[in-house]
Amino acid sequence: MNAIVDFLGGDIVVTAIVKTVVAFAALLLTTLIVVWAERKVIADMQARIGPNRWGPYGILQTLADGIKLFFKEDFRPRTADKWTFALAPVLAMVPSLLAFAIVPIGDHITIGDRRIDLIVADLNIGILYFLAMGSIGVYGVVLAGWASGSKYPLLGGIRASAQMISYEIALGLSLVPVVLAAGSLSTVDIVAAQAGSVSNVSFFNGVPVLEQIAELFSFVPNWYIWSQWPAFFIFLIAGIAETNRAPFDLPEAETELIAGFHTEYSGIRFALFFLGEYVHVVIISAMAVTLFFGGWGGPKPDFLPWIWPIGWFVFKTGLFVYLFVWLRATMPRLRYDRLMWLGWKRLIPASLVWIMVTAVVNTEGVSRNARLVVFGILFVIVLFWLGKGDPRLTGAVTPQRRRVHGPS
Amino acid sequence: MPEGGTYFGQYVTIGIFALVGVVLVLGTLQLAKLVAPNVPDTDKYTTYESGIDPIGSGWAQSNVRYYIFALLFVVFDVEAVFLFPWAIVFERFGTQAFVEMVIFIGILAIALLYAAKKKVLEWQ
Amino acid sequence: MVDTWQLVVFWALFAMMGVSALRVVTSSNVVHAALYLVVTLMGAAALYVLLLAEFVAWVQVLVYVGAIIVLMLFGLMLTRAPIGKGMFDNDQRLVAAVTAGALFGVTTWIIVDAFEGQKITLSKATGIRAESIGDVIFSSFVLPFEVISMLLLAALIGAVVIARRD
Repeated sequence: MNAIVDFLGGDIVVTAIVKTVVAFAALLLTTLIVVWAERKVIADMQARIGPNRWGPYGILQTLADGIKLFFKEDFRPRTADKWTFALAPVLAMVPSLLAFAIVPIGDHITIGDRRIDLIVADLNIGILYFLAMGSIGVYGVVLAGWASGSKYPLLGGIRASAQMISYEIALGLSLVPVVLAAGSLSTVDIVAAQAGSVSNVSFFNGVPVLEQIAELFSFVPNWYIWSQWPAFFIFLIAGIAETNRAPFDLPEAETELIAGFHTEYSGIRFALFFLGEYVHVVIISAMAVTLFFGGWGGPKPDFLPWIWPIGWFVFKTGLFVYLFVWLRATMPRLRYDRLMWLGWKRLIPASLVWIMVTAVVNTEGVSRNARLVVFGILFVIVLFWLGKGDPRLTGAVTPQRRRVHGPS
Repeated sequence: MPEGGTYFGQYVTIGIFALVGVVLVLGTLQLAKLVAPNVPDTDKYTTYESGIDPIGSGWAQSNVRYYIFALLFVVFDVEAVFLFPWAIVFERFGTQAFVEMVIFIGILAIALLYAAKKKVLEWQ
Repeated sequence: MVDTWQLVVFWALFAMMGVSALRVVTSSNVVHAALYLVVTLMGAAALYVLLLAEFVAWVQVLVYVGAIIVLMLFGLMLTRAPIGKGMFDNDQRLVAAVTAGALFGVTTWIIVDAFEGQKITLSKATGIRAESIGDVIFSSFVLPFEVISMLLLAALIGAVVIARRD
């Protein structure tokens, strides 16, 4: 055993290989289930049955689709640029997969005398790594559009990349206040900063009745969602836009652009684009949980203490994936001008303001979380005031058909 | 070889992770190439244009407003990059760092305002 | 102390960056040239990681790979650069080579002149933390930091003036 370990380059390499294999297996399995779950949930919301042939409740449907795509001819248009055309799906898939490296899925386990953290790599600058992977993902879209040598993909590709870079800014800026509050760029530190309960908040200390009432809420965990919820909503909106999913699925608006940047892709390469999108959904959900919902934190009974954090993490991430699906089934697509308006004129200024608010609160030190709640309420009032009467906000979705007045 | 948990230890792990990720995707593509059929046909290799034969080339010059957005993206990306180290050391620097960043963000906010006033953020 | 494996990685990166840098200038397709530039810049980021500067490395990826090259690609799409070759060769290889060589020489000379013989000791266990970079920017380099925002403002105003129709 030790000889094999030494041959492979020692402990570190063996641990890395094991972590890698487990991480990819878990991520891909999750993705397959998510694709099936989405079809099932949307079918339910639309009063259909959904996939029900392969396996119990059709759970093997994604696998069947994947195998089918494997055996489909994968051809390239005559006008396409050979290498770039081949590179684009890889660039759409790989960065999403790699972003998983900095997501802590649990606390740690101990094998023998070896402590293994349940994260692939705890980088000091984990947040930057996550953002960098997102920015590499833009290449998959822009190159697919350019390389196809076809009109629809070109339009879809450039439209998608402009959307992605716009919301990438809002995404990055929404993470700054969290980093400011936690004082670290490491995802492990950010999860650790959310341990404990909100009773640490000393806002009501000394106030007779309110102090006792506040004590009643001491079971509420100290997650950043409470103090950083404006940042959370910006993160969520920008995250959905980053994945190019409804209501931000303009890059593949089938009524205008056929299938957008991947119109000319078929077979396994199309499958990579498709899977890449779902991996991205899982990653954004996992990051939302890690940054704002305490990561793997949750009640931990004595029975199998290492498995509970993983369970909590999977559960919370699952809720976010459900939210993604729910939004897709509910929200109509935004129009492009309104998409850009929302990103540049609302989300980015809002996140800058929120960074400043968080900074102001943090300089005063005492009872900062409570102050943040107050500021947050003010913030939303400002937002509503900004958007009030603005036809682009009240009509931020596709306008309804004008009704004829009179009895109908 | 570096120790686990140290700086290089983390990056060796990331390196292996990235390598396996790339190999996984390329391996899938290669495997599909082996099993997928290949039946060449001239019509198959034309581009899709709503069912009719494609007219002209597949190239269209893009609109200049996309370039403005890309440039704004660069501007704000650089800003975000400075905000992260600022956020980490903020606790220690306090008011000084706050004022420095207000000036920085203020100037870039002028850039955004200017672009908005000149209506390049609109999409008529 | 530099370990052997660090040297091996360094020379591997050196070879990769050299080849892709050459391909940037020899490739006749501008989009391919931009992609080779991405490879070169990623190599530089990997070098920063090797030099314990992980913050700089990921900033390199985020800003240069994620933003600057995307800006270049958007710029290319503004032109009439069709898929194909030879459209952009305007036979100025000699001038380009001289300019590039001069730039390389000047930069090298400045760096060697400024830092010759200086040694820094870094912890291999932690690398350079983002905290230390923040400390330096917001105490010693405040002015350059603020000037950057003016530079970015100027670049944006220039682009808006050019892009506006009226």
